[in-house]
Amino acid sequence: MELQVHNLCKSYGGETVLRDVSFTAGPGVTCLMAPSGAGKTTLLRILLGLETADSGTVRIPADCRWAAVFQEDRLLEQLDAMGNLRFVLGKDFRETAASALLGELGLGDVGNKPVRDFSGGMKRRLALARALLAPSDILVLDEPFTGLDGENRARALACVRRAAEKPVLLVTHDEADAADLDAVLLRL
Amino acid sequence: MPKRPAQNSIRPWAVAFWLLVWQGASMLFATLWPNGHLLLASPVSAALRLGELAVTAGFWRAIGWSALRIIGGFLLSCCAASLLAVPASRWRWVRELLSPLVATVKAVPVASFIILALVWLDSRSLSCFIAFLMVFPPVYLGVLEGIRQTDGKLLEMARVFRVPLGRQVRGIYLPAVLPHFRTAVSLGLGLCWKAGIAAEVIGLPGGSLGERLYSAKVYFQTPDLFAWTAVIVAVSVVFEKLFLALVDALAGKAGC
Repeated sequence: MELQVHNLCKSYGGETVLRDVSFTAGPGVTCLMAPSGAGKTTLLRILLGLETADSGTVRIPADCRWAAVFQEDRLLEQLDAMGNLRFVLGKDFRETAASALLGELGLGDVGNKPVRDFSGGMKRRLALARALLAPSDILVLDEPFTGLDGENRARALACVRRAAEKPVLLVTHDEADAADLDAVLLRL
Repeated sequence: MPKRPAQNSIRPWAVAFWLLVWQGASMLFATLWPNGHLLLASPVSAALRLGELAVTAGFWRAIGWSALRIIGGFLLSCCAASLLAVPASRWRWVRELLSPLVATVKAVPVASFIILALVWLDSRSLSCFIAFLMVFPPVYLGVLEGIRQTDGKLLEMARVFRVPLGRQVRGIYLPAVLPHFRTAVSLGLGLCWKAGIAAEVIGLPGGSLGERLYSAKVYFQTPDLFAWTAVIVAVSVVFEKLFLALVDALAGKAGC
């Protein structure tokens, strides 16, 4: 599986957000780094099919499945952690795998607690668990380690590293994340 | 800490006070005029009459007759309003098409609709039709608002993860829509009973609660008038409580 992006352009109301962005991402972590407002999130939204580019092409197989951690957690607040995973995974949900991953991410004892009672860091880790458990060909992670303390960040990094047998697009401000994941750096 | 009563809650002492006022007024009328007891029946005579009526088959038949039509109109309206709110939330032209209809139903006095409907329909279907009309605007607008306030970011998430529509409805749309639906239904239930009975009083379909109410008025049977009124209030309150409990159970299941 390889993701190929060629000369992607996007502007909003005359303001150019992306100008001729081209890159190729194969298996492993590709780290997108750029200052705030440089269009990282817009690029991810185009790749996920949530926005259309003004010009340029994105080459991926037609049946490519995506999984993502968005800039916001986008969790169903009324459900518990397991409910959120079940909502996305449907028939692919496996309680044992879900419990194991939640445990690895330090959420082992809160699986049945409503998400509305979670702290910011717990929500972030659950959003990451959801993306890691969903069957996917490409993983998109928009600042997945935001709000995590040292220990939880290390746990999350370990899980992402394991998922890097497929293409992982990681947006981060922290070069240490890229270094810890042996990521290919891509500066927009 | 002791639980404080809600601001508009009905306290037993206040009910007792107004019953006493009613009883006093009725006794005063009876003293001042020879047939004063006919002008204002006492709560005691109304309760006694209610007891007499309650053991007759006709009493329960009348309740069943009206409840079937009014609740039927209410349920049909809930279904139609909710189903139409879905395309209206998606396509502006559907919203614009329905907007004058909803505004008209909201603005036109219910009596005009009742008389107009009597021209088209037979009196037996009248209360069903009027209940339908009264419930449609609040439920349609409530469900529409709920759908429009559904979190677009959650819908994007579901789209990326290819979550099937049925699961999206249960997990994202229902929790957003149900609180609006509940408020609208609570309002619609009160309206549909009042308007439905008014339609029966005007249309006089045989065997209905409205017809019993009208007969009581014609024959100056004021205890009957109060007894039937109490029955109408009781039936509407019981149905409202039951239906809202059902909606709450559904909301609880959806995790709202």
